[in-house]
Amino acid sequence: MARHNSRVTLRFLLSSFPDRSRNPPLLPSATATFSSCFTTGFDEKRRLLQCNIVREDQQVFSFFKPLRNFIEIKQWGVGIQRKRYGSLAGLVQRNPRFSKLNDDDVRYFEGILGNKNVVQDEDKLVTSNTDWMHKYKGSSKLLLQPRTTDQVAQILKYCNSRCLAVVPQGGNTGLVGGSVPVFDEVIISLSSMNKIISFDKVSGILVCEAGCILENIMSFLDNEGFIMPLDLGAKGSCQIGGNVSTNAGGLRLVRYGSLHGNVLGVEAVLANGTVLDMLKTLRKDNTGYDLKHLFIGSEGSLGIVTKVSILTPPKLSSVNVAFLACKDYNSCQKLLQEAKRKLGEILSAFEFLDVQSMNLVLNHLEGARNPIPTSLHNFYVLIETTGSDESSDKQKLEAFLLGSMENELISDGVLAQDINQASSFWLLREGIPEALMKAGAVYKYDLSVPLEHMYNLVEEMRSRLGNTANVIGYGHLGDGNLHLNVSTPHYDDKILSQIEPFVYEWTSKHRGSISAEHGIGLMKANEIYYSKSLETVQVMASIKNLMDPNHILNPYKVLPHSLTS
Amino acid sequence: MKIMVAVKRVVDYAVKIRVKPDKTGVVTQNVKMSMNPFCEIALEEALRIRESGLASEVVAVSIGPSQCVDTLRTGLAMGANRGIHVESTASLFPLSVAKIFRKLVEIEKPDLLILGKQAIDDDCNQTGQMVAGLLNWPQGTFASKVVLDKAKRVATVDREVDDGIETVCLNLPAVITTDLRLNQPRYATLPNIMKAKSKPIQKFTPEELNVEIISDLEIVEVTEPPKRKAGVIVSSVDELIHKLKNEANVI
Repeated sequence: MARHNSRVTLRFLLSSFPDRSRNPPLLPSATATFSSCFTTGFDEKRRLLQCNIVREDQQVFSFFKPLRNFIEIKQWGVGIQRKRYGSLAGLVQRNPRFSKLNDDDVRYFEGILGNKNVVQDEDKLVTSNTDWMHKYKGSSKLLLQPRTTDQVAQILKYCNSRCLAVVPQGGNTGLVGGSVPVFDEVIISLSSMNKIISFDKVSGILVCEAGCILENIMSFLDNEGFIMPLDLGAKGSCQIGGNVSTNAGGLRLVRYGSLHGNVLGVEAVLANGTVLDMLKTLRKDNTGYDLKHLFIGSEGSLGIVTKVSILTPPKLSSVNVAFLACKDYNSCQKLLQEAKRKLGEILSAFEFLDVQSMNLVLNHLEGARNPIPTSLHNFYVLIETTGSDESSDKQKLEAFLLGSMENELISDGVLAQDINQASSFWLLREGIPEALMKAGAVYKYDLSVPLEHMYNLVEEMRSRLGNTANVIGYGHLGDGNLHLNVSTPHYDDKILSQIEPFVYEWTSKHRGSISAEHGIGLMKANEIYYSKSLETVQVMASIKNLMDPNHILNPYKVLPHSLTS
Repeated sequence: MKIMVAVKRVVDYAVKIRVKPDKTGVVTQNVKMSMNPFCEIALEEALRIRESGLASEVVAVSIGPSQCVDTLRTGLAMGANRGIHVESTASLFPLSVAKIFRKLVEIEKPDLLILGKQAIDDDCNQTGQMVAGLLNWPQGTFASKVVLDKAKRVATVDREVDDGIETVCLNLPAVITTDLRLNQPRYATLPNIMKAKSKPIQKFTPEELNVEIISDLEIVEVTEPPKRKAGVIVSSVDELIHKLKNEANVI
């Protein structure tokens, strides 16, 4: 037998498992035509007042799933006026104030960017027009790929003067339809702005361009002995500019906090082409209003983030991962309480999934293996610790786990003995979205809910939907963030009407947030009032008017359509 | 029947290996160390044989610095009955390791010695063969299937060879080295980690075993493999053919 390098062989064999960091290839989905329009309004009680719907032909289908609304339209006729409070994200009208792209525009952009970076090829545009869940599909005819901040500024200045709507795009891994055009907006892709500008080894501060892919930054930092303060399943495709613009949360938030704390500076281009240089690398800077925060989480609706500086923590050598089984949700909560106390500074992730999520992953994800096969448990918790001392960390974690077992908070569990085992535990948690995609249609809700009530929502939803759908709950328990997902073989508007607006009303009633980390995007633009007061949203709209008076930046998203159209 | 299993502490397979600047070896400080994956497979096989009632005891052995005890604890948590640690800080090469195993076999008298086919740090793939030679025991290397017949005292081993599968029958006692596809090792469960804490680990030194550690190999230099050059995207088939003809000179 030929002797071969076993390390390479092992890597090869393991790499043949599906790569959870990559998104599935985008398939061209059938282009549907959309020709209805409506306007909406809210009264002081924050109720949707009316939706005037005008049909141009009988085939009213949009790319967003408004079939439920369509059915209602048929019942109520054209021009209905009625009170309801549901998801109308799909029904949106192209803002007639926006100009239509012409050849002169294209020539102007070619003058700035060169022919190569002005893409009109329809095949290439399909990918940029479609989100990765194939739920939202725009019909943009133009993709621009600037390489410098100056080019972004020139593009925006021109678009603003022409009143051409634009959609900034990073890795296009968003889940709420925020990163794809709704109609014919010009797509500005930051992918070519992918350079790391500087890294200070003493302070751990990284400065880079917005189009850097998260995983590339991670491997760059790894060589320097540092890590990114955020990590998420889409790391192989998502870009840091998009992460910052959506204030992405992810798996390390429980330890390092949100991007509002870790992003030290931002360079952003406003709608009129003004470049705001706030690219500081200071931890402390109390000089006036801290405007960079406006760009963190505003989903590209106030400006395009072109560069960021981020505080990165040092890479610590000792990482331990345990995968545990709990008999009920109450035990998971108590376990979290104990973990915060007993693991304290080394706790770096506390994730949970219910048995329905576990079964889904085991059934649909190649390479997934139940680490506790003896019997099925109701809940599973993944705990990760990161510290500087291997032996003391392990001792601490083992003592905590054994103590929790004696107190019957844990029914069973396994502790990873090497990195490969740790990754296989993480696969079970991080692989859920991919497994959901393979299982069929999925309705995704990303909610912040006070911990004590969190799982009640999943149970209520389950009894509401009965056996028509598979309702699963998982998420970042350490952050009070529930991912409620409803999996069905096909999209069915009857099921959607069972879920919405119930899920939003329930969350609002329990003083939760209807978007913990995914953002508002197109999907929840009209639902923002469930989480924010009228006054708050009005201030948001004023800021939008100030910074982007023509509303060309990422239109139809983030704010209710009644306020921006 | 008793089974002895070798478990080696190596740089975790998922760690990116870095060569020391002075080219004397690879960086092992502050690097995650784990059990060699092939050793995990060896131990798993021994445990499965014991669980099927064909063996009564599994003894895990690790040779090396004091931290090897951690690797042994992992082995005990997986289910080995006890451990033996031969402590040595010297650099160990396969022949020295094989000599230590010969002595341990004389003390423990196992019926079966299972090792990983190779360790992923030095990729030597020699220890199993050498210890079989020293003991004058039959050997079944690169095992992808092991069937024991306790009554006849025979082990039937499927070996992964270049041509396919070769099946050999070994009279016990024998040496088996394990290949990747033999089994999928189990995880260490919390109850078993707890139990492992009270399992005994016996200590030896090479001197106590009368084995002289000789460096029979001299490392001249350790270097990284050459870096792969970045690829280029060609715009047309013609350009590709042109490049293959004129730059790569392959057609």
